Amino acid sequence: MSVPMEPQVIIARRIAGEIKAGMLVNLGIGIPTAVANYIPEGLHVFFQSENGLIGTGAPPQEGMAHPMLTDAGGRPVTALPGACTFDSAISFGLIRGGHLDLTVLGGLQVDQRGYLANWMIPNKMVPGMGGAMDLVSGAKRVIVAMQHSAKGAAKIVKKCTLPITAMRPVDLVVTELAVIGFREGRATLLETGPGASVAQVVAATEAELVIPDQVPEMRLCHA
Amino acid sequence: MQTVSLENSVAMIPDGASLMIGGFMAVGTPERVVDEIVRQNKRDLTIIANDTATPDKGIGKLVAAKLLRKAIVSHIGLNPETQRQMMAGELEVQLVPQGTLIERIRAGGFGLGGILTATGVGTPVQDGKQIVKVAGKTFLVEAALRADFAVVHAFVADYLGNLGYALTARNFNPVIAMAADTVIVSAENIVPVGVISPDHVMTPAPVVDYLVTNP
Repeated sequence: MSVPMEPQVIIARRIAGEIKAGMLVNLGIGIPTAVANYIPEGLHVFFQSENGLIGTGAPPQEGMAHPMLTDAGGRPVTALPGACTFDSAISFGLIRGGHLDLTVLGGLQVDQRGYLANWMIPNKMVPGMGGAMDLVSGAKRVIVAMQHSAKGAAKIVKKCTLPITAMRPVDLVVTELAVIGFREGRATLLETGPGASVAQVVAATEAELVIPDQVPEMRLCHA
Repeated sequence: MQTVSLENSVAMIPDGASLMIGGFMAVGTPERVVDEIVRQNKRDLTIIANDTATPDKGIGKLVAAKLLRKAIVSHIGLNPETQRQMMAGELEVQLVPQGTLIERIRAGGFGLGGILTATGVGTPVQDGKQIVKVAGKTFLVEAALRADFAVVHAFVADYLGNLGYALTARNFNPVIAMAADTVIVSAENIVPVGVISPDHVMTPAPVVDYLVTNP
């Protein structure tokens, strides 16, 4: 029997399947960044870094970094052939203006209306929203990549107790246990994670889930 | 446009001034000017910038030296010292969504009173702001931002003050260059007029007031 996959790997491999040729995609920090590792070889995708780059590539090999070619966390990246750079006004024009096909972000909570909270925990963690509010308000499609629960507490809740990131409901939440969609404003279980049962998902979820008759297991992109 | 020594470029900034500073996680931040602000111990500054970097880099050095009274920024998550000063009430921090921040600055530099954006509707960002409906959609009214000084970092400047930027070091720089009463520029490379092709000028010379000479 094979070793069980890390939750982050399951999530990243499932979301990679949502990325199609020619899309303009913005990946957040953490699990979302890992999605780029699993898109099928040869698929041409435009990755945006909101600090002003389309065509973001993998980190450079040691000794080959350029101090002015970085991702949104300030880490060195490479630029793929066909890359372009621009200022922050254009970068967020792309995000808000309906040009960004997909954003993948981390989450602290998502509620059964599809509202996401991912930018602060009052009096505890106040990093600033950075680009998160613009991304969730403006992208054509929003996918949340997060583990199903945090230290035993459900993260998919009835109503967010943390301040929300936007009034716009997200399109999909992908965890190691489930894919949940929000069509018609109701959290719906679309797929289960590898080896997870519907009962397991329901037990780990505080939100009320619509459960269709057939819930397939998620398909993962190749490692 | 005048050239100015590093020392004199900072000497003209009074205590209590408001400064827009270029850079994204210190990439594209004029480090020499920042170091000189610390050396001359300018105090009670208000900064308007994307982020406060890390405590040892870029704007983070101004935070670490406790030179700031107020910071209008989108992200402080990688600078624990900014968070500490904010929680302790030593530094006023206004957190602004990044796209809203850059558009407020753009509006300030482009002669507009502000912008309408859907970003922040229904979140704590809307507190105290006017909400308007245009063509059935809900927007926040976000006021324009200007500053006393913009401190810009360019990749290349010519003798007239035409500027070009490199890769991801562009970020806020060309936008803040439009939005301040006095624009101070440091550049990686200073070249004769004509070296930058007209199509590659990203900030036109007339908006630049001072070009800091290189060592």
